[in-house]
Amino acid sequence: MNEILGILSENAKATPAEIAALLGRSEEEVARKTKGMEEAGIIKKYITLIDWEKLEGSYVFAVLELKVALQRKTGYDSVAERIARFSEVDSVRLISGDYDLQVTVKGKSMKEVAFFVAEKIATLEGIQSACTHFVLKTYKEHGVVLEDKQKPKRLVISP
Amino acid sequence: MKQKQGLKEVYAWNPEAHLSSKVRAMPPSGIRKFFDLVANMNDAISLGVGEPDFITPWHVREACIYALESGTTHYTSNKGMPELREKIAEDIRDDLGLAYDHEEQILITTGVSEAVDLAFRATVNPGDEVLIPEPCYVAYIPDAELAGGRARSVPTRLSDEFKIRPEDLLAAVTPKTKTLVLSYPNNPTGAVMTRQDLEEIADVVVEKDLLVVSDEVYCKLSYRGKHSSFAQLEGMQDRTVILNGLSKSHAMTGWRIGYALGSEPIISAMTKVHQYTMLCAPVMAQVAALEALHKGKDEMLRMRREYNLRRRFFVSGLNRIGLNTFEPGGAFYAFPSVKSTGLSSQEFAERLLKEQKVAVVPGNVFGECGEGFLRCSYATSREELIEALDRMENFLSSLK
Repeated sequence: MNEILGILSENAKATPAEIAALLGRSEEEVARKTKGMEEAGIIKKYITLIDWEKLEGSYVFAVLELKVALQRKTGYDSVAERIARFSEVDSVRLISGDYDLQVTVKGKSMKEVAFFVAEKIATLEGIQSACTHFVLKTYKEHGVVLEDKQKPKRLVISP
Repeated sequence: MKQKQGLKEVYAWNPEAHLSSKVRAMPPSGIRKFFDLVANMNDAISLGVGEPDFITPWHVREACIYALESGTTHYTSNKGMPELREKIAEDIRDDLGLAYDHEEQILITTGVSEAVDLAFRATVNPGDEVLIPEPCYVAYIPDAELAGGRARSVPTRLSDEFKIRPEDLLAAVTPKTKTLVLSYPNNPTGAVMTRQDLEEIADVVVEKDLLVVSDEVYCKLSYRGKHSSFAQLEGMQDRTVILNGLSKSHAMTGWRIGYALGSEPIISAMTKVHQYTMLCAPVMAQVAALEALHKGKDEMLRMRREYNLRRRFFVSGLNRIGLNTFEPGGAFYAFPSVKSTGLSSQEFAERLLKEQKVAVVPGNVFGECGEGFLRCSYATSREELIEALDRMENFLSSLK
């Protein structure tokens, strides 16, 4: 894998100077390559991974399973793109298996999310069925285990 | 009353008087002193750790748990599980291009530490001399002497990037010299020896008819091209006992799995000692090792990549703050010189710990020629390494 992306995917705050020191390359080269990947749309955004459960009264999340009735001329893309426009929608994926689109939705309360799905998503043309699953607890996100566990201890000095 | 006192005198017993003179004369490890100093400090950053900061990959731990659940709790054959020896033979064939018969030429040990001890005990006669290039891991000299041998140091130097020079070997050889210990990639310096470097000392080895005990436990952590073993040199396979293990490569220090590869007579002799002392390496750790060798390559490469990233910025960081550090080609240690400060290794390390709470190991504990250097392990998180560099820089400017 691209070494610069490897570092940035672990820490979006890594500066070109830090990345350059880790890779033994020049800061200019790292900055240039990073900019190139931003322009090429490989790097979309630098985000922060937040454990929302630590904040009181923050968000509730739901996973939607949507079945889509395909119509002539319009494939999955047009439905998916419509759904993606809503700011409440966090992610949209076309998947294999029993249903077609997997959507994650973010809202202030369960009621808000439920109404959003009922009013805006389920009623879209082409949506055959919508099943909502509320997220009760997130254990791991983006490769990071969210629960803070104590690190096992090493000897402070060893040969 | 009188009688009771008399009994006490009769049964008075001094355990000290019963210690063997060999063990009594053995100095305690210089690392121990630092351990005690650091252990009492909560917010110290330790660059003194000689083991990976990674936890053993989950799939390896899971394989061990499954083995325990299935009741894998018995002795294995003295030499270790045949499947594990077969897998090691296969990997050595791929890595070094050398063939070892897993029935006769491979022994699984309880860590490389046991393998070092066995190699000496199986080959050293009283008074035989063992050449030990320094700076080096702290166990070789005591192990050689416990086996009845006499350790003779061979100095290595910063100007040679801590590689062994043939003339230094020749100068240390006597008619009693029997064995040469090699330990590359090296703890504590991080030095590596290329095939060409090894060829330069091979003539001395052949001329003086030495056995080579080569501890290659850091071989997977080589950052400048593939690791070379002395056993790969033409005609040197039978003359060499390779010692290796999974501790450093697969983050498995606490499991204690090592192995020895060599000619049949030497491995048989080592197995004899092993069967009367250790019997066999722990079975659950052997199962874990087998899983690690079969499926742990990606994790191993991931850890190596991370060490390599740290190595680059940490070594350049040490040079930037004014500690002259050569580029280590392997292991996870940097070996900066503190000679420009006018302090001894010990003084520097003690003051750095007291004044800035950074623990390093003074180079002199790894041999006299390690004086003037520090061993800094970069097997610790990047954040801690950055903080340690800042604190070391503060310490250096306080000296001016």
